[in-house]
Amino acid sequence: MALLQVIELGKSYNTETRVLKGVNFDVKAGEFVSIIGPSGAGKSTLLRCINRMVSISEGSILFDNQEVSRLKKKDLRKLRTDIGMVFQHYNLVPRLTVIENVLHGRFGYKSTLQGVLGRFNEDEKARAFYLLHKLGIEEHAYKRCDQLSGGQQQRVGIARALIQDPKLVLCDEPIASLDPNSSKIIMDHLKSITSELGITCLVNLHQVEVAHQYSDRIIGLNEGEVVFDGPNHQLTDDKINRIYGTQTRELITV
Amino acid sequence: MNEKVMQKRKWQATLFFILIIAVTYLSAFITNFNLMEGLTAFPQAIGWIFANLLITQESLEKLPTILEKLTETIFMSIAATTTAAVVSLFLGIMGSKTTSINGVLSVAARFIASVSRNIPVVAWALILLLSFGQNSVTGYLALFVGTVGFLTRAFIESIDEASHSSVEALTATGATYVHIVNKAVIPQSLPQIISWILFMIETNIRSATLVGILTGTGIGYTFDMYYKSMNYNAVALVTFSIVIAVIVIELLSNYIRKVIL
Repeated sequence: MALLQVIELGKSYNTETRVLKGVNFDVKAGEFVSIIGPSGAGKSTLLRCINRMVSISEGSILFDNQEVSRLKKKDLRKLRTDIGMVFQHYNLVPRLTVIENVLHGRFGYKSTLQGVLGRFNEDEKARAFYLLHKLGIEEHAYKRCDQLSGGQQQRVGIARALIQDPKLVLCDEPIASLDPNSSKIIMDHLKSITSELGITCLVNLHQVEVAHQYSDRIIGLNEGEVVFDGPNHQLTDDKINRIYGTQTRELITV
Repeated sequence: MNEKVMQKRKWQATLFFILIIAVTYLSAFITNFNLMEGLTAFPQAIGWIFANLLITQESLEKLPTILEKLTETIFMSIAATTTAAVVSLFLGIMGSKTTSINGVLSVAARFIASVSRNIPVVAWALILLLSFGQNSVTGYLALFVGTVGFLTRAFIESIDEASHSSVEALTATGATYVHIVNKAVIPQSLPQIISWILFMIETNIRSATLVGILTGTGIGYTFDMYYKSMNYNAVALVTFSIVIAVIVIELLSNYIRKVIL
């Protein structure tokens, strides 16, 4: 049974340019899927359609058998609670502490008043510390986020996504602003989300090699269309050229 | 190619200076302003200042009354600023692109801010004088209205700058609008907001003197009274105490800024 079904998805921000055209794919529960493609191919837009951070123009997305495009306010909130999101620039509140930022992930479950008063129960706090411990940044829990390095901030971002108890985690270029070492740590953590917790991961990536190494399956996007969809061993150089266009590929190898 | 551009720029700069000189001469000519006359009058004016604007023993006796009026003015400025800040925060959140609820409210907030900002405080004081009469409420309202305009504008900028990315992240977690504003937008822009409020308190103490002259309240009224009764020694004392007060407030707010930022 597919957790996520994207059917003939189309998106245009204005009448002229269509960012996504007839995108079709399924994601099963527990899969680790990478989406690769050149800049401007529509990767970020695709991800943001899934949790309706941008509205859907055509087609439909089924998440857990719900039609995403038709959800009303309350159900949309419920949907977003089920989908965690990790960003390229971490998108934390820099002036707040690590633990506060992690607990932000619980707002989806809170009434307005509970959230404003910051009422979190012991279980939630324990869970937050457990996640920080798992991600190896427990000792920074009371530090302000702007004092952490990029790699550490991204781990806070992952903790915030995980404390939501999501069924799916969307990662938008999670390692694009990080050095190779931190990138490896982040990718290892993301991989363990799927392998240990069984949470499905959908990751936008720039680096083909990284996608190759970590994914169960790769989706290649070019100019808003899916040009490749298959297990990572099927992604040959020939197919990569089709995703990126030959010239780009030559640039990388030089 | 580059050389030509550089040469062109040099020419433009020269032309600009010539233009400024020409405009200066023209405006001096139109307004009958004579620089030499102004300069020759200078020593005499200085002499007058030193002869008359001296703080004497006699004027020092008036110090308690002056200080009383001064504190009244300072507290009125603070009250006007803080109450205006509350309204501005609401308008700022409505007006900012990242946190606005809908277009109509956003435009309304920006419009209110623009109108109250672009009419000078003095003009507000005179307009409100007609409807509210000569009392401290008028002075308070004049400062309040001007402050709302300025602070709303400043808050919109602070909010836009500080919190776009975290608003996106919290929306994606399923947080409600009130959660997002309270837990991401406000904590992130708070230092900026406080800094602007402090700045506005300083500015308002200065404006309060002028507004006071017009509305007949606070230290401005005291100043006006002594001025019109030609008690220049007391005028000097009033001016001096205002300057001291403003400097103290400025030092204080600089210190607070350093601590919070």
